[in-house]
Amino acid sequence: MSMVLFDVPGPKARVRHKIMAVIGIAAVLAALVYVVMRFIVTDQFTARRLDWVNYKQIQLSLVEAIGNTLSAFAVGAVLALAFGAIFAAARLSDHAWVRVPAAVIVEIFRAIPLVIMMFFFYYGLPVAGVKLSAFTAVVISLMLYNGSVLAEIFRAGINSLPKGQSEAAYALGMRKTQVMTFVLLPQALRAMLPTIISQLVVLLKDTALGFLITFEELLRWGTRIGGDAVNFGRPMISVMIVVALVYIGLCLLLTWLATYLEKRNRRNKKVIKPDNPDAEKPVLMDASAAG
Amino acid sequence: MSVLTNNLDLFLSAFGQTLQLFAVSAVLSLVLGTFLAALRVSPVPVFRGVGTMYVTVVRNTPLTLVFVFFVFAYPLLDILRIEPYTAAVVSLSLYTAAFVCEVVRSGINTVPVGQAEASRALGLTFTQMLGNVVLPQALRSVVPPMTSTMIALLKNTTVASGFAVVQAGNIREQLADQGDNVLIGLLWVALGFVILVMPLTYVQQVFEKRWSVAR
Repeated sequence: MSMVLFDVPGPKARVRHKIMAVIGIAAVLAALVYVVMRFIVTDQFTARRLDWVNYKQIQLSLVEAIGNTLSAFAVGAVLALAFGAIFAAARLSDHAWVRVPAAVIVEIFRAIPLVIMMFFFYYGLPVAGVKLSAFTAVVISLMLYNGSVLAEIFRAGINSLPKGQSEAAYALGMRKTQVMTFVLLPQALRAMLPTIISQLVVLLKDTALGFLITFEELLRWGTRIGGDAVNFGRPMISVMIVVALVYIGLCLLLTWLATYLEKRNRRNKKVIKPDNPDAEKPVLMDASAAG
Repeated sequence: MSVLTNNLDLFLSAFGQTLQLFAVSAVLSLVLGTFLAALRVSPVPVFRGVGTMYVTVVRNTPLTLVFVFFVFAYPLLDILRIEPYTAAVVSLSLYTAAFVCEVVRSGINTVPVGQAEASRALGLTFTQMLGNVVLPQALRSVVPPMTSTMIALLKNTTVASGFAVVQAGNIREQLADQGDNVLIGLLWVALGFVILVMPLTYVQQVFEKRWSVAR
């Protein structure tokens, strides 16, 4: 196997790699042993600190917290996709009075940190007399920020198509809307799908920022149970491991979907060839027969 | 306007803290990220495995969770006491390093294998090949996405506001304590970030345009 930086290893290099592998394994094992030792020495996995798993109420509240995270994700994702589609269309418009304001709005929302947006909607707006729930504040912020990023992704996807596609469609007499919906979007969507889904992974992770504005999601649940010193002696470590596993699991599920779609996409492109390789022949033969 | 002019000291020092947090975390994450990328392209499978494992775990974990871990959970392990500021730097660096690693690695992977093979055939040593052939080409495809990663890091410093670290995200709390208008204050903070981020975005676009032509 030849990689960019390294040639196929010879006998000396193979020995060196084996020695390095042994050192690497030893270092990883040492780090693991150290962490586990710290867990044991500080009694992170005693029965009392794991007792929270047994309570039905806590189990139910975990399910509810995951539900809150997922519903913020689902609503935020749908709104962000819609926002992105509208603003991408506006940025691709032929009219400068639509294109320029859309570009300014997208650039501004991409530059403002999500946390500041959430603070603005949750702590700022009540000053002006508008009171939003934490959920609404999280969802609106996710929509504005990720929607702007998605608008850029959509726009880049459509711009990346060969110019001949739209030129050919215009030459056939299609209107701009027709060119967009029948020719450009179907091709661009396919190419963009993996990028869109990785942005959705970002959106899912960003729901955890709701923690900062007291939105009752998975992470806040974790700090509440993990900080319980009275009943469970602050089982923060074990609870956080569970919370991290849930987040990583959910994100990996989405990432896996992205790679699956990418693979299917790549295969589809290769498969595009006529079902019958002789499809063109009869025409020629007919033509010669007729002539 | 009075919210800004009356609290100019507060705004300036808070944004100064943000920039400081950003600079320290940027340097640390670049170093760690490059090291991780070196692990991920190394010929030793164990090193590659460790690098991949780290990137997969960290990239799929919310930054807020990393912060919560280092501020609330890590002290329970009784290893080394760290200040909230240090915890913020560690969280931001560890988190961003995973993204830096991916950018560097994919940059190296865009260099065609033939380039390295040709330089080996010419008898260049490993360092010569890396320094004169591979890295100059990889740099072109690394700088634009690296700028995006750094912009993200700059914005991510605000996550520290939930964990008692003074930076631009905390301006709201202080304004609220003084009874100032939080709404206007937050708009100024947002404007501050727009002013900080826009030049970076501009630089990124310039690099992207110039180098996409050169390819």
